[in-house]
Amino acid sequence: MMKKEDSGVGIPGFLINGRMVLIAIFTGFLVFLSCNNAFAGEAAGINTGDTAWLLISTALVMLMTPGLAFFYGGMVRSKNVLGTIMHSFIILCIVSIVWVLWGYTLAFGPDIGGVIGGLKWLGLQGVGQEPAPLAPTVPHLAFMMFQGMFAVITPALITGAFAERMKFSALVIFTVLWTTLVYSPVCHWVWGGGWIGTKIGALDFAGGTVVHINSAIAAITAAVIIGKRKGYLEEAIMPHNLPMTILGAALLWFGWFGFNAGSALTAGGLASLAFVTTNTAAAAAALSWALAEWGYRGKPTAFGVVSGAVAGLVAITPAAGFVSPMSAILIGIGAGIFCYLAVNVRPKIGYDDSLDVLGIHGVGGLWGALATGLFASTAVNSAGANGLFFGNPSLFTAQVIASAATIVYSGVVTLIILKVIDWTVGLRVKEEEEVVGLDLSQHGETGYNL
Amino acid sequence: MKMVSAVIKHFRLDNVRKALTDIGVEGMTIIEVKGFGRQKGHMEVYRGVEYEVKFLPKIKIEVAVSAEKLDQVIDVIQEAARTGEIGDGKIFIYNMQVVVRIRTGERGEKAI
Repeated sequence: MMKKEDSGVGIPGFLINGRMVLIAIFTGFLVFLSCNNAFAGEAAGINTGDTAWLLISTALVMLMTPGLAFFYGGMVRSKNVLGTIMHSFIILCIVSIVWVLWGYTLAFGPDIGGVIGGLKWLGLQGVGQEPAPLAPTVPHLAFMMFQGMFAVITPALITGAFAERMKFSALVIFTVLWTTLVYSPVCHWVWGGGWIGTKIGALDFAGGTVVHINSAIAAITAAVIIGKRKGYLEEAIMPHNLPMTILGAALLWFGWFGFNAGSALTAGGLASLAFVTTNTAAAAAALSWALAEWGYRGKPTAFGVVSGAVAGLVAITPAAGFVSPMSAILIGIGAGIFCYLAVNVRPKIGYDDSLDVLGIHGVGGLWGALATGLFASTAVNSAGANGLFFGNPSLFTAQVIASAATIVYSGVVTLIILKVIDWTVGLRVKEEEEVVGLDLSQHGETGYNL
Repeated sequence: MKMVSAVIKHFRLDNVRKALTDIGVEGMTIIEVKGFGRQKGHMEVYRGVEYEVKFLPKIKIEVAVSAEKLDQVIDVIQEAARTGEIGDGKIFIYNMQVVVRIRTGERGEKAI
């Protein structure tokens, strides 16, 4: 018989004691909800082309999270490859459930004071095949699931900051709390009828603030609280499989067409525009990153090209449906250079945001949000607004306010969540577990057996 | 009987193998190894973080030879592995007590 040893993964005692009670309550809750769901048939106003594109886009965005798992998995040491991939994969599973239970209604339910959605759609009650309130040509269920995939990838992005040292049980609790207390509210503010979208008038086409700035601020907060990896900047902590990282970046780029072009919520001109700006900015940023390091260090790296591509995808995200393809080139060039500078500064500052979530998603996301305030044009999208370069400085101000609000809220609430977890179950694995690696210490398996 | 152990550059391996086969050496073992000598290491940069890679990858070949063939084998390896650049590697010679061919149980020089 295997002896159950005291490992960092163990379920805390207070959870074990109440486990049967919790399961009973949870099961009863699900039965109650399922009795209240009556799905109507095909409703009027549904456009089949829009619906087909949104469903495909949802699947594309889903693939980004395993893509991110490979992107991050290749960057860590081989003893942490499964632990790192597991972060993204388990978040895909956890948030998928949280989203249909209460995440969606908190983000998109009827607005309460501009800050949070009401509980009308708790457990997807009343979310059926009729048109979605915010997307009148597609079924409410399709819109809900598309948004769910955004809720999935956002906490997965954060995991790059605490890679190679986070306790698995802490990650599970963090994911549930962060999705509920940070993602859903911020998503509501920007897209769900909350104060940033309706009162401030900031533009965020596909998630520059909601996804990228939000996750990056949570990431740097987590990196500071959990501390540096053992041996950081003292021993060689090098990526163990860059081809895996490149594969992950390719999947991210592919999935990003669903992320950005899908955010049009219709299958037409706007989706086509976002598709083109997305591809253009990714390419421009990959090239500008490679040129920057070629000039600065003498060699263009494969790791740099794929990092640049992701930085460009991040930066174009808020702008994708509001700017022209020529502006997308400029946004991409800026993203490659700014993010390259940011990752070069990281080792000098001394915090260990291990996989550069702040350097790529924070800097790229902030640049993208501000660039939307510069380059947006109603000639491109009449439903948008003009930016500073098109004679409207107020949009730039709105972008600054939206970014600042996201930074402050995400930073403070993430800090509280992490502190509470640290005081209860603990955030970080024991030193010997960190040395052995997360694969063996947290999951009892190894990625590579010869 | 002697054991010849040589640390060489990767790209000279095929050259060394061919040269040894040409003088009648019938077997060898190779291992991928890492180490440093006068060549020292080199720098690698990942997203702006610099690492000094102190151990460089090399190939180590091991060849068991009879005493009378030793000098010829040393000369051949030295010639075939040499580029003239720093980091060409080294050749080490050990005395070897016993050799056993597992299939037949033969011992000594006829087992080499």
